[in-house]
Amino acid sequence: MFDRRTFLKIGAACAAFVAAGARARFAHAALPDDRRFVVLILRGGLDGLAAVPAHGDPDYATLRGALALPKSGTGAPIDLDGFFGLHPSLHNLAEMWGEKELAIFHNVSTPYRDRSHFDAQNVLETGGLSPHRLGDGWLNRALQPLGLDGGSGALAVASSPPLLLDGPARVTSWIPSRMPAADEEFLSRVARLYARDAVFSTALKQGLETRAIAAQATHDVPNAGGNGPYGAVTSLMEGGGKILAAENGPRVGVFDVSGWDTHFNQGAGEGQLARRLAALDEGLAALKTALGPAWKRTVIVAASEFGRTVAVNGTGGTDHGTASIAFVLGGAVTGGTIHADWKGLKSSVLRDGRDLPAVTDTRAIFKGVLADHLGVAKKSLEELIFPDSATAAARKGIIRV
Amino acid sequence: MSLEGALAANRFGLGAKPGEIEAASTDPKGWLAAQLRQDDSAERFSKLETTPTLVADLVARQQACRAKDPDAIKAFAMETRALFLKEMAARFLNGFETAQPFRERLVWFWSNHFAVSISKAQSARFVGAFEREAIRPHATGKFADMLLAVEHHPAMQLYLDNAQSIGPDSMAGQLTGKGLNENLGREILELHTLGVEGGYSQTDVIALARILTGWSIDRGRGRPVARMMNAVAGSVADGGFRFYPARHEPGAKTLLERNYPQGYDGGVQALTDLAHHPATARHIATKLAIHFIADEPPPDSVKRLERAFLDSQGDLLKVSEALIAEPAAWQPLPGKVRSPVEYVTAALRIAGGDRIAMIDEKSIGPVIQSARAMGEMPFSAPSPKGWPDSASAWTGSDAVLERVEWGHAAAQKLGSQSDPVTLADEALGPLLEPETRTAIQRAASPAQGLALLFASPEFQRR
Repeated sequence: MFDRRTFLKIGAACAAFVAAGARARFAHAALPDDRRFVVLILRGGLDGLAAVPAHGDPDYATLRGALALPKSGTGAPIDLDGFFGLHPSLHNLAEMWGEKELAIFHNVSTPYRDRSHFDAQNVLETGGLSPHRLGDGWLNRALQPLGLDGGSGALAVASSPPLLLDGPARVTSWIPSRMPAADEEFLSRVARLYARDAVFSTALKQGLETRAIAAQATHDVPNAGGNGPYGAVTSLMEGGGKILAAENGPRVGVFDVSGWDTHFNQGAGEGQLARRLAALDEGLAALKTALGPAWKRTVIVAASEFGRTVAVNGTGGTDHGTASIAFVLGGAVTGGTIHADWKGLKSSVLRDGRDLPAVTDTRAIFKGVLADHLGVAKKSLEELIFPDSATAAARKGIIRV
Repeated sequence: MSLEGALAANRFGLGAKPGEIEAASTDPKGWLAAQLRQDDSAERFSKLETTPTLVADLVARQQACRAKDPDAIKAFAMETRALFLKEMAARFLNGFETAQPFRERLVWFWSNHFAVSISKAQSARFVGAFEREAIRPHATGKFADMLLAVEHHPAMQLYLDNAQSIGPDSMAGQLTGKGLNENLGREILELHTLGVEGGYSQTDVIALARILTGWSIDRGRGRPVARMMNAVAGSVADGGFRFYPARHEPGAKTLLERNYPQGYDGGVQALTDLAHHPATARHIATKLAIHFIADEPPPDSVKRLERAFLDSQGDLLKVSEALIAEPAAWQPLPGKVRSPVEYVTAALRIAGGDRIAMIDEKSIGPVIQSARAMGEMPFSAPSPKGWPDSASAWTGSDAVLERVEWGHAAAQKLGSQSDPVTLADEALGPLLEPETRTAIQRAASPAQGLALLFASPEFQRR
């Protein structure tokens, strides 16, 4: 972990590069105010029915078997509306629900209908109709109309940006560093060597810019992979949140939280998935705290590539399915609502007799947020960011007006 | 030193050791081809645990873990870590020293193709043994043999949950009410053989999962019920693997319109057929071309590799020779961006000198942490798909800074002895750009010169 002084030194080196270059340092002026948009990719296929159980459904307990949460006592769901609940690990989210800062979508899926993680993630991240139809991430394509394509407008909390943020617009990435710092004089020599290599010169410049912001924002954030079971997720969310909160910081953020592929010993009120959900819950609370006053103008969408089978599989887990849930949270969200067109859990309703069927297209949620929170024009939404998404109209009513 | 010699050592190899480009320059293709028939690695891996021992130990420990004895669980975790560090010390040392760097690159390629991970507690202790036992012996052998070795191996059985999968209508299924887990069946079709475009359906995924029920790790004598079930005739055991007939789904199964008989042999036949499937040839050819030629390789190169695979029934010696013969692989840089493990290895090969011999399970820790900080923790790919194989995976702004800083820190430790300009020439030969050479000459110190070599675009690429 770098100490504050080192960070500041690198910040100075960065400023020197930028002064020498022709580009403006920050280019997010097109966003009229301090609105933030964050996407959390829950990789692995989150079991939506575990995170947001339909405990009021007459078939819930029977179908879920060992994975059903008990009606009462330890491990019982936190009730939301008498029918749906939240997994007991999600107590911070429950609090946000109470404060009307959390909306939940059930039966959410991308247009992808097979069961490969990697193709499903490709569709979630490219925003295309099928895998590999589009080569870059939809959030990257959104940066140009937002005026955030100058380099430090969007942040991936990762060593390299995921596909969601990959594309023609320049973005930056950050994770807490473990390396001993190199001196400024050396870095300027490297920058000269990189002048003839666009990939490396761009990356180096942006890395230094982001470090400079991080230096001011995160000097007290513990190292990633820190102590305790939730350490890694929490410290990344806290660090990323502070960078996003900075006045001159990026306006768009992407986090990756993996570990949802629960084929084996998933657990119910306690166990593997319960611990993972607790880490996510803790991380989101840390993100809220880190965003500080910016939280009021923030929307966070957490979504997974697909859901899982309703019934328990042969090994105490669930296999790849179709629909999952999406969490939409933040101070700018119309919260305390669950968007579900619930059809029940009868096998005639389930897709292929096994999966939660898809009702809401993930793209409709993203489009709704881009339109109503960030003011992206319809034309950009339909033609540039999500082509072929006419069947997934921008969802209204997500954003508080 | 010829350009082709430099490409042989860097594009196909692990980065030149001093003198290597010179040696490769006389006959670059012959230099590479000879490596396919030699292997100097055995001694470096000779003191490591084999899988049957590790499996027996795991089974013995499971009782303690079930009893939730915190001391036993902690001891188990610490031992797993120690095993991993030993394995990694041997693996990195082999990478730094080997005189068959092309063979080693192939081993790493296949190991990533059949990715297993330490992220799952049960499979963590097997990852090193997996590569040594299931990948390494077959790197220039038959793909079908490698596939069979991989899918039998306890590391894969545990990582993709097949060890616990039970035929619902088998004796064990009827007794316990447990059933199928389709994870391994799916990933064999999608990742290991046909590829996601390979023309299979959800029905085929379930069929293969059913075919492979009963394939598991050897649980020894086990508890009484298990003991009874193990006694059923037809059990097959080898190398920590065991086929349990009592867990196997009865009846014939249909996979990709072919029928496979009930029993262990049905699984072997199904995997053998998958290994020779035309979709597998295309999938493997594409991945090899992406790995050795370019992020977007010429379609003709892929076609020729595919043909070599099909014509030889998946003989990886022939496929590797076809790769050497591929004209696109001999185009000068930019080529590919080195992965963090490849980058660290290349740096240590050229400048490690006597320090390499001191690599052991203690000193390997920082090396692993370095690769991790640059985005590639060994044997921890984010998914069963393995590490991505494209420049964008390793050149995020944070990743590039980490690479530059690692090079700087490493050069401080390595750089005071040799002349960095000589090392740069030895590392890259004609691939070294004049600007980089000048920058190294003008460096403030030998260590800074070496750090500039490491950071340079031509060293970051291969």
